[in-house]
Amino acid sequence: MTLPHEAETAAPESGPERSPAGPGGAGSASRRSPQGAERTAAAPSDAENRSAPEETPRRAPGPAEATTTKADPAKPAKPAKPAAGVRRGRKAFWLTLTLLATLLLLALVSAGTGAYRIPTADVLASAQHRLGLGGAPLDRVGESVLWNVRLPRVVLALLVGASLGCAGALMQGVFGNPLAEPGVIGISAGAAVGAVAAIGLGLSFFGNWTITVCAFVAGLITVSSVYLLSRNGGKTEVVTLILTGIAVNAFAGALIGLFVFFADSGQVNQITFWQLGSLAQATWPKVLAVLPCAVAGLLVAPFYARRLDLLSLGERPARHLGIDVERLRLALILVVALLTAAAVAVAGVITFIGLLVPHLLRMANGPGHRFLVPGSALAGAVVLVAGDLAARTLAQPAELPLGVLTALIGSPFFFWLLRRTRRKQGGWA
Amino acid sequence: MNRTTGTPTRTTRTSARTPRTPARLFARGRRTVPARPVPGSALAEAVDLHVRLGQRDVLAGIELTARAGEVLALVGPNGAGKSTLLGALAADLPAASGEVRIDGRPVGDWSAPDLALRRSVLPQSAALSFPFPVEDVVRMGRAPWAGTPFAEADEEAVATAMAAAEVTEFAARPFSALSDGERARVALARVLAQRAPLLLLDEPTAALDLRHQELVLRICRERAAAGDAVVVVLHDLGLAAAYADRAAVLHGGRIAADGPPAEVFEDALLSLVYRQPVEVLPHPRTGAPLVVPVRAAGDDRIPRGLPS
Repeated sequence: MTLPHEAETAAPESGPERSPAGPGGAGSASRRSPQGAERTAAAPSDAENRSAPEETPRRAPGPAEATTTKADPAKPAKPAKPAAGVRRGRKAFWLTLTLLATLLLLALVSAGTGAYRIPTADVLASAQHRLGLGGAPLDRVGESVLWNVRLPRVVLALLVGASLGCAGALMQGVFGNPLAEPGVIGISAGAAVGAVAAIGLGLSFFGNWTITVCAFVAGLITVSSVYLLSRNGGKTEVVTLILTGIAVNAFAGALIGLFVFFADSGQVNQITFWQLGSLAQATWPKVLAVLPCAVAGLLVAPFYARRLDLLSLGERPARHLGIDVERLRLALILVVALLTAAAVAVAGVITFIGLLVPHLLRMANGPGHRFLVPGSALAGAVVLVAGDLAARTLAQPAELPLGVLTALIGSPFFFWLLRRTRRKQGGWA
Repeated sequence: MNRTTGTPTRTTRTSARTPRTPARLFARGRRTVPARPVPGSALAEAVDLHVRLGQRDVLAGIELTARAGEVLALVGPNGAGKSTLLGALAADLPAASGEVRIDGRPVGDWSAPDLALRRSVLPQSAALSFPFPVEDVVRMGRAPWAGTPFAEADEEAVATAMAAAEVTEFAARPFSALSDGERARVALARVLAQRAPLLLLDEPTAALDLRHQELVLRICRERAAAGDAVVVVLHDLGLAAAYADRAAVLHGGRIAADGPPAEVFEDALLSLVYRQPVEVLPHPRTGAPLVVPVRAAGDDRIPRGLPS
């Protein structure tokens, strides 16, 4: 990936301005983004100003990265079975390795790139120093930018991307439809209602985490009600579920419209940019707010891979093969709700990753979910870390909304994919 | 019926100890692996079975038993309830009243994983949401045995089933790239790989050519000879007559006749049930009953009313 070099020239003049906020950590999150600045000014209750203690979150990057990546590589080694299985197993292994390497590289580059440029070697040295393995710390400004601005952002991108990718793969499996996506059944929209309500009503009962918690609760309520509404006679017909999702999406859209209507102009701004999807306000407390949901979802998801394979035969054949389809569906919907609500709560509505990533992987390594589910998490993380890097470097010093960027680049690509796959398969069914 | 009515002996069950690895925690619960059925024992029974679909009584008072070592053909006109009966035996459809018993216990008492070890089902149409390769589809049939000692036979069972259904040559092709007939055979191979003692096959010959129709029914016979119970829905009365030990003729949600094809297939009954005059002739060489619709001979062969 090539990076614009204007960053180097921008660094000196923005450096001193940042340094007082540096040790405080939380305050320096969205300095480069004009929208971010406006947002902070508009809503005093917003995350930035309630500085949570930075000491505890500082230790987070270690476990955060370790758990998300550790969950992934273990899986693809498993389908190593005879003949064709071995070939595919090996392919999955190399794919996983490539994705992991790409992710690591992107994370390093992303941590060093921006208005304040830090050479990769220095990033590594600083990381070594923090882990107590020698190395050397950066100067005060550099250390603060790296650990309180860049790293939370990279980790958040990683978590959100992994959650969205994994949720997409699970959802497509549950619906048996390669075009299904968490957004389809209204979870994203539902979560958005919660967040918008929190912003519009100026709620602050959970301090920094209010928006997150509201989005999460609303997302869970939405998915539960979608499930209950679409359930009939102990069964859930897929068509009913999707149609209910459409209705819920419309309802959620109307609620968001109402909140926007009654909000003052500062809040409208905040809501609009939150909806576009952005990681500009990443802080360690935000990372911590997502971490439990995301990690829990990502760890549980691979255990359903085998059953998802069987579900692709259809509900009855899956039941004939010993799958408790209703329970499977309920469990998976909960996992998906966990993953998407967490992602939407901190990053707004970032569409498309859950649709595109599983598709690409299915083309690369076939539809087997034992690779697809953890693989989608990994690839989703890669795509979002790369997307976020692009979003904050392409139009420097301004920052593109990440959700807009992913949709802008992603949708034509997706159309092309659709046409190609459809031609090759001779249809979807 | 001419077969000795085996007392419905309950098969003994040996419990399969599953290793308690972390992965197992999330897998299905405790199951009991069934022993091989005693020949003649009842593997599936319908007792005064009524099934309602919507407002309609599709099945009304069905009494039927499928026994180990026997091929039972379900025949009858469209809408007579053949597939519904198969669905009820497969525990897909709930009984409005009456009872379905699998391996001596009401279907509702079995868990899904337990049922999967006891009966396999071939649906009327084979669908797949994602383009899995054929071999993977067949291997899905082994899923119920995961975690039991029988899982060791997975590869052998898959290979045998694919060879039997003649799908080995396109093992690596994606399922979505196959023709209807090939898909049907892949689905059959999956069902065979499951190796359950009770096979429920819904029109397995519908999409198949002559050779493979015969092949499928020969497989049914082999499985019955090996001690399994096979229930198969058929439209071709000739196939049913040639391969089934017993045929049940369904008519309007009831069983009009049940017995060996040679006894059940007779002109009057079939003509009434199908609302089409038929004659049943013995095959000149083998003596097996041939069911032939009564058609006008000679110049009259083209039915009246069609533009000629």
